[in-house]
Amino acid sequence: MDNLHTLSVNVNGVTYTRAVEARLLLSDFLRHELNLTGTHVGCEHGSCGACTILMDDQAVRSCIMFAVQSNGHTLTTIEGLTPDGNMQHLHPLQTAFHEKHGLQCGYCTPGFLMTLLPFLAENPHPSDQEIREAISGNLCRCTGYQNIIEAVKLAAQKKAPRP
Amino acid sequence: MTTRYFGQPIKRNEDPRLLTGQALFTDDVHLPNMLHVAFLRSDYAHAHIRSINVSAAQAIPGVVAIYTADDLGDYWRPGPLLVPPPPVKDLIFNPRMQVPLAKNKVRHVGEPIVVIVAESRYIAEDAAQQIFVDFEPLPAVVDIEKALAPDAPVIHPDLAHNLNAHVIQRKGDYAAIRDQAAVLIKRRFLYDRGTAAAMENRGIVADWDAKNEQLTMWDTTQAPIPIRNGIAAMLGLSERQVRVVAPFIGGGFGPKIMMFYPEEVLLPWISMRLNRPVKWIEDRSENFYATTQERGQVHEAEIALTRDGRVLGIHDLFLHDAGAYAPYGLTVALNSQCTLLGQYDVPHYYSEFKAVFTNKPIVTPYRGAGRQHGVFVMERLLDIAAKELGIDRVEIRRRNLIPPEKFPYNNEIIYQDFAPLIYDSGNYAPALDKALALIDYTNFIQTEQPRLRAEGKLVGLGLVTYVEGTGIGPYEGAKVTIETSGRVSVATGIGTQGQGHYTVFAQVVAEQLGVNVENVRLVTGDTAEFYWGAGTFASRGAVVAGNAIHAAAVKVRQKILKRASEDLEAAEEDLELVDGTVRVKGSPSTAIKLGELAARLNPLRGAVKPGAEPGLEATDYFGPERGATASGVHAMIVEVDPETMQVEIKKYIAVHDCGVVINPMILEGQIQGGVAQGIGNAFYEQLIFDENGQLLNASFMDYLLPTADTVPRVEMDHVETRSPLNPLGIKGAGEAGAIPVGPLFAQAVEDALIGYNIEILEIPLSPNRLFELVLEPQQGS
Repeated sequence: MDNLHTLSVNVNGVTYTRAVEARLLLSDFLRHELNLTGTHVGCEHGSCGACTILMDDQAVRSCIMFAVQSNGHTLTTIEGLTPDGNMQHLHPLQTAFHEKHGLQCGYCTPGFLMTLLPFLAENPHPSDQEIREAISGNLCRCTGYQNIIEAVKLAAQKKAPRP
Repeated sequence: MTTRYFGQPIKRNEDPRLLTGQALFTDDVHLPNMLHVAFLRSDYAHAHIRSINVSAAQAIPGVVAIYTADDLGDYWRPGPLLVPPPPVKDLIFNPRMQVPLAKNKVRHVGEPIVVIVAESRYIAEDAAQQIFVDFEPLPAVVDIEKALAPDAPVIHPDLAHNLNAHVIQRKGDYAAIRDQAAVLIKRRFLYDRGTAAAMENRGIVADWDAKNEQLTMWDTTQAPIPIRNGIAAMLGLSERQVRVVAPFIGGGFGPKIMMFYPEEVLLPWISMRLNRPVKWIEDRSENFYATTQERGQVHEAEIALTRDGRVLGIHDLFLHDAGAYAPYGLTVALNSQCTLLGQYDVPHYYSEFKAVFTNKPIVTPYRGAGRQHGVFVMERLLDIAAKELGIDRVEIRRRNLIPPEKFPYNNEIIYQDFAPLIYDSGNYAPALDKALALIDYTNFIQTEQPRLRAEGKLVGLGLVTYVEGTGIGPYEGAKVTIETSGRVSVATGIGTQGQGHYTVFAQVVAEQLGVNVENVRLVTGDTAEFYWGAGTFASRGAVVAGNAIHAAAVKVRQKILKRASEDLEAAEEDLELVDGTVRVKGSPSTAIKLGELAARLNPLRGAVKPGAEPGLEATDYFGPERGATASGVHAMIVEVDPETMQVEIKKYIAVHDCGVVINPMILEGQIQGGVAQGIGNAFYEQLIFDENGQLLNASFMDYLLPTADTVPRVEMDHVETRSPLNPLGIKGAGEAGAIPVGPLFAQAVEDALIGYNIEILEIPLSPNRLFELVLEPQQGS
């Protein structure tokens, strides 16, 4: 408890300065210190992808990073996709998941969305196979993935989403 | 024009909250002053506990309390038996239930021994590492075929053996017809363990409010009402003092209906003792040991047939792995026993099983809940019989299908709901025909497969059928209320884990009340909102809760018509419910908004008629006489890579009959997801225990779940055979997709590897295992 480190990080446009233990996981920091509980934790091994967030616009797994590693960086979590909190203002990718029934229990969904944002920014018109590969590191136990792939195709069709 | 809601692919009401990260999951509950819990769990599968030393752990700053079994006093007692044995003659049943913390002895790796309460989870886990337990290791029972050997170590010493149950069920007289059979085929089948691996692990937050004498518990359970009742009884509280909330849950699939998990018993006790809220969230490693698992059976089965492929009878002896304790009774093994006969008209059946205790995690239902084991045995026997008799595999199935005129069809054995196993309705041949058309069977067998084989490709086709007993009792209930705003609220007791209840139940209500689906707000899984019910299991949510909601909505509709008839001065039969109003047919301007009508029925002043009930609200219940039997046919085409033995699914089709469909989009999602789990079960997922009962692959790095690059698009078609057992005519669909995939893989891969002359009699498979199977005959020769 004595060895606290000060960290300053921009999350969804807000700068937070906190003193944390070196061992505090970034996922725990976001969820339990900042109360941004939309980022979910499924394995704490970096293998299921549920905790994926953006760090400087790149997808990273927050469960295998320490909070202090985010010092000075810019993070986006699922809460940052609809900044005004208005459910009518969903990001096109979120709308596409709704349209195509791309979620069931919804626990893995934030991780899929955050994985897909930089992917679609780099590859606005992906093939089926490219989508499958892009999300092959994210586990979903409910949907069987097909409707997620359909959602990504729909989002890509509608427009190239902003990251 | 009245809008139809029932049967439409309506987008889900729950999606926005989930898509924006606003949905409340158990680990999202943050309370002021909250403490955190970690467990010290057994490293041994079987051992005596000589002593436990917690003094070093207690000295760590931030540790608030540490409890062992001895500290629990009278609160320490084995959990309840959830499901008593069915009324089957001469049944032997030795229930042994899990305990809150191991006392004197541990019986599986991961069994909790010490609970640590601290200011943070990090500190609690630090403390767990400083606890010293002196174990005296004992030999472990791992192989279920050795569990009943005379020299096997005994897991529950008061039993003197490891027999959990022995059950025999009979239809007809197999022994008498065995001699008449032209062909007898006998094989030994293995079906090994897997885990549900819901993406959200389990978790509990318990908050005892001493001033209000009120306990609130957030729990990832599929059955909040029974949890409330049990916890209240254990703690000596009134049920009204305990509120259990099952909020959004990140997948259930069965293990989340186990009760009571030790953690569920301990968290509320700790909160009351320390007078502070406490939280425990399972991590993935714990989930591999501490959450219940399923599968694990060995069958010795024989099929008797006539020369033309008619099944005369089946004889099946099997062993079922119960794990270290068996709180869930015989449900899984009974499902195997009762699903084996499938869609077939089998006159003689002898089925005998022994459930045995092993030093492995507890077995309770997981999606399919033993049904896939029975389907695997039957479908494989038919495949082997077809080969021996020289009959096409589809033809042998067709010859044995129960014809439509034989429904309701009595299998003359007892099902898991203790009711006779009577299929309520079914029409199997049309589904088979649709499946053949979708997979393009004749063309593939006659043209494509020979052509591809000539090119050296190892391609094979599989086609299997199955039934699923769904929608069992006892009952569920619901309350439907029209608020003065015109919004409709619906409360039911079951929990929801992603099945789309917020939408399908809203559709049921919208259909009756003529309101938009988005205007119907559902509450599930909160005991403060609805008092009565059982839970979400056995593919019963839509059937049982759905029909209860329908019944309550019908009552509200009647109340609307009665009052509107008076206010609009029109006969009830001349009224219609459209767009949130009740109006006179043909005169749309003669209308009252439903919210306005609700307000009129809840006046603040003035008199009401004697006996009047306020508002537009009704509660009702539904309990089916017995379960509704859904059915289906799955087929697929695979290609096996001879270098890697990797199996690629080229095409996968499913034809499904779950009666009347409420929402085809959600139904197809359930099937696609079920198939993905079935694929995992058939080819990727296997819990591997060593001879000491240690699980060797307890992480997602080592236990392989299907990923987006391995699960194909399932092409689907439907047949609709109404269930006569409920007013909506529906059957359950939650588990169906996962049930037939094992035998489907076995048949298709065997077909692809036809030149290797192998017989696949086990699930799960894997590339490694296929290599071994292919090499075995060569080594033998």
